[in-house]
Amino acid sequence: MNLHEYQAKDLLSGFGVPLPAGDVAQSSSAAQNVARRLPGERYVVKAQVQAGGRGRAGGVKIVDSVAEVRQAAEDLLGQTLVTEQTGPEGRSVRAVYVEEAIASERDIYVAVLVDRQSGRVALIGAKQGGEDIEERAAANPSIIHTLLLKPDGVPVKGTFPAFAKKIGLTGPLSAKAVKLFEGLISAFLKNDASLIEINPLAVTASNDLVALDVKMVIDDNALFRHPEMRNFRDRDELDPVELQAQENEINYVRMDGDIGVVVNGAGLALATHDMLSDVGGVPANFMDIRTTATSLDIAAGFDLLLSNPNVAAVLVNVHGGGMQRCDTIAEGIGISMKRNDRTVPLVVRFAGNNADYGHTLLRNYGIAYTEAQDMGDGIERVVALVRPEAA
Amino acid sequence: MAILVGSDTSVICQGMTGRAASYHIERAMAYGTKVVGGVRPGKGGTRHLDVPIFDSVREAVSQTGATASIVFVPPANAADAMIEAIEAEVPVVVCVTERVPVLDMVRVKDALEGSKTHLVGPNSQGILTPKACKLGVMATAHERPGSIGIVSRSATLTSEVVAQTTAAGLGQSTTVGIGGDPVHGIGFVECLELFMDDPETKGVILIGEIGGAGEEMAADFLKSSKASKPVVALVAGRHAPPERRMGHAGTLTLFGRADANHKIKALRSAGVQIAPNSSQVAETMRQSLNNLSA
Repeated sequence: MNLHEYQAKDLLSGFGVPLPAGDVAQSSSAAQNVARRLPGERYVVKAQVQAGGRGRAGGVKIVDSVAEVRQAAEDLLGQTLVTEQTGPEGRSVRAVYVEEAIASERDIYVAVLVDRQSGRVALIGAKQGGEDIEERAAANPSIIHTLLLKPDGVPVKGTFPAFAKKIGLTGPLSAKAVKLFEGLISAFLKNDASLIEINPLAVTASNDLVALDVKMVIDDNALFRHPEMRNFRDRDELDPVELQAQENEINYVRMDGDIGVVVNGAGLALATHDMLSDVGGVPANFMDIRTTATSLDIAAGFDLLLSNPNVAAVLVNVHGGGMQRCDTIAEGIGISMKRNDRTVPLVVRFAGNNADYGHTLLRNYGIAYTEAQDMGDGIERVVALVRPEAA
Repeated sequence: MAILVGSDTSVICQGMTGRAASYHIERAMAYGTKVVGGVRPGKGGTRHLDVPIFDSVREAVSQTGATASIVFVPPANAADAMIEAIEAEVPVVVCVTERVPVLDMVRVKDALEGSKTHLVGPNSQGILTPKACKLGVMATAHERPGSIGIVSRSATLTSEVVAQTTAAGLGQSTTVGIGGDPVHGIGFVECLELFMDDPETKGVILIGEIGGAGEEMAADFLKSSKASKPVVALVAGRHAPPERRMGHAGTLTLFGRADANHKIKALRSAGVQIAPNSSQVAETMRQSLNNLSA
């Protein structure tokens, strides 16, 4: 679960992480009221969308008066912000964060995450932060320093002061950096985060550290331990169709093609997309039916395909396993086709557990479809349906 | 021979009295897996599916001599169950449980350091040595004892490739589902090591997908080892939209790595044959084996 900047800052303030004074506002007048309470004479107004690259996309405005805060909030609220991480559809801005502007002498990059390679929590950092950190790290991985941690947050080897030195935090900044690292790591562990990223971490003229921007992701699998976060999820940030699918134990991603795809298992789904794309097919969606989905869940997932007007044909590619069998999926498709007026050409490839029974069920539902012999056959047939000229 | 499990493996199940566990253990027993007991705190001394239930893994191991455990414990307690098995020095542990919190797996990974346990999973379909031992939840119909080792991050693609290798007359020595979670037990590298040392295994099929660095690590391992058996890989996700989460908790890119083409390039440079698509994995292996004997 992605947190908004204001939610993340609120969480981190309880862990001794130095932050600019600020608050969230949903209207321009509320933004103005926040600014009135803040110290200093410069303010930052930041669009609250869950995506990186806001600064480069015009979602962060620095202004010099309370009146300008109001104007900036008015400009941002209701706007659709398109950044390099939102996709072309962008995200609509429904809240802004207003905070005191901090003059940064230099920008540092610090993050806590789970390092997949070692299976440990890692503190990572770079001397130079900024929105281009990913490009720079990809071009030159050595700019990123890593300190692996034990499950209780203590370094496996090495020390926090030595790590601080590597990212340019020495002298009077060293102790402040160590305190910041400990706060971040503690917040990470206590909140079941999978990422906390401070970018940039400002070093001020008075030798203070201030976390200017925070991105925080909470591990969805651990939310059962955090009832206090129940209301954190911003459902408006999620695609309603994908959200509906999630509620039915289906991972679903909308895409812009014309072939609806029904698959069980993420790996098989990815492989199906590869094969479709190789022969010129364009998927309308990604679908991974989880092992826990019931036939009613699957029917709801199939309804989503039928409600997409771009879908010209559907490919069902299911390998029945020990936990999700072909007959359950056939029943879901049957229920959905019966209750929807719309019919689409359907190519079905069942293999594995209860494949024959799956076909029997579909026939009993009275559904007309093409039976594919194997995966390659199914792909060919469905592409021929939508692109007869290519076949 | 095979790897990790065989006909002499004796199995206990942690969380055996649950509904899903009962269903799958009954099938494993019918398959011929030697299930010798179960663990369920508070139910020690009772029997379930006609085997004894113990309060702890240590007790179950000392009473039954079990050499493997399969964990069906719900997410909130799955890590503690895995750690209990590691501390009891069970040689092979499979965890089927999905949605284990990642920081719990960080604790498990720490417990694994220096231990005697090979952990497979979580979120794994398990290990299957055809006609000998099923330590998992996979469907069984198309597997045949044979010479191909399969190590995979995806359960459904494993089923595909099992069926293909059987149809091609190759069969399988053992199949291992390492699971799709970001932090998990053994990975491609450990399985490759085991398969390379297994005299029955003549070739290894590696089924990878976008996300993580497991395929790149496998490539590095193959480059540095003197492994002589042919390795064929399928990497799913060449046409996945970039930067989207695709179902597994693991398929999130970090710093631009982890895309399918990067993985394919790394594996190819280590001498791995890349299957053009998921329908042609066994055929690619058959050709590799033929080239070897030619």
